[in-house]
Amino acid sequence: MMFMKRYLIPRLIQYFLVIFLGITAVFFIPRFTPSDPVQRTIAQLTSMGSYLDPASMEDFIEDLTEMYGLKGSMLQQYGAFWQRLFRGDFGVSFFQFPTPVIELIGTSLPWTLGLLLTTTFLSWTLGNIIGGLAGHFSRRRWSRALDTLAMVVRPIPYYIFAFGLLLLLAYVVRWFPVAGGTDIGRKVAFNWPFIKDVLRHSFLPALSLVILGGAINFQTMKLIVQNVNAEDFVQYAKLGGVKEGRIVSRYVIRNALLPQITGLALSFGQIFSGALITEIVFSYPGLGTLLYNAIVTGDYNLIMGITLLSIVAITTAILVIDLLYPLFDPRVRYT
Amino acid sequence: MSVLRDLFKDYRFALSFCVLCMLLALALLTIFSPHDPTFWGVVPRDLKPSRDNLLGTNSKGQDVFWQATFAVRNSLIISVIAGTVSRVVAVLVGMVAGYKGRGTDRALMFISDSLLVIPLFLIIVMLAMLVRDMMNLVTLGLLLAFFGWAWDARVIRSLILSLREREFTQTAVLSGTGTLQLVLKEYMPFATPLVFSTLINNMAWAIGMEMTLAILGLVNMDIPTLGTMLQWAISYQAILLGYWWWILTPIILAILLFVALYWLSVSISEYLDPRTRIQRVGAQ
Repeated sequence: MMFMKRYLIPRLIQYFLVIFLGITAVFFIPRFTPSDPVQRTIAQLTSMGSYLDPASMEDFIEDLTEMYGLKGSMLQQYGAFWQRLFRGDFGVSFFQFPTPVIELIGTSLPWTLGLLLTTTFLSWTLGNIIGGLAGHFSRRRWSRALDTLAMVVRPIPYYIFAFGLLLLLAYVVRWFPVAGGTDIGRKVAFNWPFIKDVLRHSFLPALSLVILGGAINFQTMKLIVQNVNAEDFVQYAKLGGVKEGRIVSRYVIRNALLPQITGLALSFGQIFSGALITEIVFSYPGLGTLLYNAIVTGDYNLIMGITLLSIVAITTAILVIDLLYPLFDPRVRYT
Repeated sequence: MSVLRDLFKDYRFALSFCVLCMLLALALLTIFSPHDPTFWGVVPRDLKPSRDNLLGTNSKGQDVFWQATFAVRNSLIISVIAGTVSRVVAVLVGMVAGYKGRGTDRALMFISDSLLVIPLFLIIVMLAMLVRDMMNLVTLGLLLAFFGWAWDARVIRSLILSLREREFTQTAVLSGTGTLQLVLKEYMPFATPLVFSTLINNMAWAIGMEMTLAILGLVNMDIPTLGTMLQWAISYQAILLGYWWWILTPIILAILLFVALYWLSVSISEYLDPRTRIQRVGAQ
């Protein structure tokens, strides 16, 4: 019961508050910036060469105002905004006109989820295992070499790193396809050729995410393991003759993993942003590329939909990680 | 001076310091530029690197070398604006939260936690999209500054929390030092090195963010920065046409800048941490 009161309930309150704040921010941002989405859309249409006579222009402005949810006072707009969200209605896309935003997101989401979950899992486990070993054998030459490599890779932003890989492995040596999620015109089907095609296309985006994420996990894990190794209880276990393997697995790794779980939760938003940016580089058909198309065509509804959904998805993912945390840390479990 | 000498014993510091000086010199060269960076067609197009055009020319008829000098300068300007302004916010929030404690602390830390959790990239894209028409170096810097303080405010807060418990705080308060003076005179010296090392990280973040926004076309494309330079090269199909000097220049400059900034901040913060400093300096 104490666990519920001390850990679970405050965490849930925080979860709902963050979602509330994020969505409220998304609502107010366009309303407090000086550009009028209705006028923008009209300017865009007229610059493309369509002509409307004044009467139908009036109707059009009316429709647009309604569609953007700009009718009534600020408070009414805010209420209507939440009502629409609960119905799962994010409006329609301008980029592919009558298609609802939610449908476009629905087709892109599986791609992003697949890429994001696999790469996060791989980079976290690989980074921690290799980092843990490197921390334990920190005086060996390979450990130092890996450390230097991580020092070079770590500061490079997602875009530049992915672009560099693309240049090198798709243009210069041509091992991998330049863009897309599958070969052009391939139908979605659950057979081997389709899966092989998807894997071949997603290899480069996945590789760049795994290397960048893995480098960060490697560095922090190595540092933590080095610090834990210097702690008194590890020294004592060594002097007491506990076997090396047992010290590493039960004493060191167990303690070092805890901050890494918290770290995963804290950096998940960044990892997600990084995945979107990487998708753009490789024209991978997920949310990132959808976002790119939305930006290029000025499709504000779609951008808002993607942002709203991402806020909910990321805070939920972090909540799940946080709720799993007591499984690994008995100190939280028993308070 | 002895501080500098100790720092230079770290090869990472020495190397990154030299690279940064080089890039800074490149940025200063803009004073001598023979061309206005916003003009098109001032030199013949698509020339390979030669003695006249050190890094060749691009499809817009601009000299890549002189473009690069302006790009480095402008990217640095954006990052310095973003870095310093967000440092001011981070220091204020961190100090107030750490010193006041209780409700103020909880409220401020909730805001900064929310900023850490929310996918900031998307929010920045939304904002940049709306203010696209008034985008310039200063507004972009301020936009990035607005979102770049959350983590560092936390770091400064935890420093203040530990300083508040020390005896000299009690002494100062009991001998009648005001809050403002206490913070400025007693706490600032502890916080300054920390602020400096987070500043470097934040600058790198701002430059990376600028490049990403430029690729999305959300900044003013007429102002040469590392991001816009790369974006022009991509949109003119420089990869397919094989103009490697055009596409590689911003990429290599950016990588040099990121790695140098990161190494500088790592080696400074290792120096600030006495445990690692003893390992490096004190053993001799």
